[in-house]
Amino acid sequence: MTRWFPDGMPQPLADSEAVAWWEAAAEHRLVVQRCTDCAHTRLPPAPICPECRSDGSEWHEVSGRGEIYSYTVVHRPIALDQQVPFVIAVVALEGAGGVRMISNIVDADPDELSIGLALEVAWEDMSDDLAIPRFRIVR
Amino acid sequence: MTEPARRAHLVGVGETRYTKWGKIGDVTEHALACEAIKKAVADAGLSMDDVDGLASFAEDRNEAIFLAAEFGLPELRFANMVWMPGGGGTCAAVSNASMAVETGQAEVVVVYRSLCQGQYFRFGQGGPPRAAPPADAPPPTVQPASSMMLASIGFTMPYGLLNAAAAYALPTRRHMHLYGTTTEQLGMIAVTFREHASRNPRAVMGSRPMTLEDHQKAPMIADPHRLFDCCLESDGACAVVVTTAERARDLARRPVEVLSSAQGTPKGYAFGPFSNANIADEIYATGGCESMAKRLYARAGVGPADIDVAQIYDHFTGCVLMQLEDYGFCKRGEGGPFVESGALAWQGGSLPTNTHGGSLSEAYIHGLNHVVEGVRSLRGESTSQVEDAEVCLVTAGACVPSSALILGRR
Repeated sequence: MTRWFPDGMPQPLADSEAVAWWEAAAEHRLVVQRCTDCAHTRLPPAPICPECRSDGSEWHEVSGRGEIYSYTVVHRPIALDQQVPFVIAVVALEGAGGVRMISNIVDADPDELSIGLALEVAWEDMSDDLAIPRFRIVR
Repeated sequence: MTEPARRAHLVGVGETRYTKWGKIGDVTEHALACEAIKKAVADAGLSMDDVDGLASFAEDRNEAIFLAAEFGLPELRFANMVWMPGGGGTCAAVSNASMAVETGQAEVVVVYRSLCQGQYFRFGQGGPPRAAPPADAPPPTVQPASSMMLASIGFTMPYGLLNAAAAYALPTRRHMHLYGTTTEQLGMIAVTFREHASRNPRAVMGSRPMTLEDHQKAPMIADPHRLFDCCLESDGACAVVVTTAERARDLARRPVEVLSSAQGTPKGYAFGPFSNANIADEIYATGGCESMAKRLYARAGVGPADIDVAQIYDHFTGCVLMQLEDYGFCKRGEGGPFVESGALAWQGGSLPTNTHGGSLSEAYIHGLNHVVEGVRSLRGESTSQVEDAEVCLVTAGACVPSSALILGRR
């Protein structure tokens, strides 16, 4: 089981809308919320579709592939145990209707990063109950 | 339309000493707020007994009702705080104060901001210090979020996206990708504002000259943000007094009119790139202010070419550059060449900007010091005075829900 970040990283905070997202993540399933009326996809989870205002939604599993939409290389730690440098990226998810998410890119030299680069999910099991989707470059 | 006698004017400004974070420990943050408010009211030639409104923004710790009690205000008729996050609400607080006097809810409203980052926490640290987990800590798990805000950043903080320097690097990096913007162009913004600060005795960095080479050699914080692309972390307070045209006529200082004000949150924006990776593609690499800027100009009856001097919220250099495009001073994507041309310089620039040195070099007072400088620059009192300045744009924090003012000299 590969670990990239220490236990001291901030733990996810979730309201009742988001608990199911993290439950899916614990099973290594990357999901987005999809409106059951107009099929618009969204993340983070929310009670109402911002396009048709329907309150019907379902979880749609995506492939875990995507590409870099933007990124930053953090050189100055601001949380305890943060090991620098590390990469924060905006990941445009494949097959997710244009949905993006914030994540990290692991196992990469910062110099090889560029916007548009293809990524795939790399699950980090922080504990039995918590898995966090990071991403790595498709090689 | 507001009757002319009630049109909102800015009639007094005040500030305390400005220092590096942690240097003001002899007084409380709210005592510092009181000092700035008193100075601003005295500057206007008013008495504290005239004040019947207090306005602020961004989860102010210094609550208006307590300040009113401390001051013994005869009656607080208007107490107001803006919803928008951080410095995005700065100009909206002035706007709300203006609406209060224009509608007759109050006569004299003071907008204030006091920050003692050393007494609470450094903004650059993204919140109070986090304790190291004890050796026998339970394994990491999902924790309940106690607010919409925490639920939102619950999807960003596990990835270490905890502070503004990293959050706003994301749209700036994309701007560089789309338009070829360079780190040297970002550096020009910081160098220009530092030069302006060199004449400003209040400026924390006033005696620290900086060259583009210094900027390029500075340590990287969150790529592409080097140290000098990031605003200061400061202690200090300032305040601005808002009243009607009728009251302004008889006061001590030349009044500055609020020609227009606006606030704007684009669709789906929430907290901007800090919490939201799903901002529409067309506005991701912007300050998010473009549609608001159009409303702002239309209400004032002026356009970008009419702005004589600008005080632009400068939390990060890239956010300044994207705002220049949002507010129509150059086309989308041309912010880099625009700042490279020297446009922002006090002398010789087409758009003299942040004549006080801004948050990058004067102090970080959440942008209310930009409103103060806007007033000074129209009174002819700036330490980098733009000759005959008659119209000034002041903006609040961009890349979050934002607000802005156009001020005018009569």
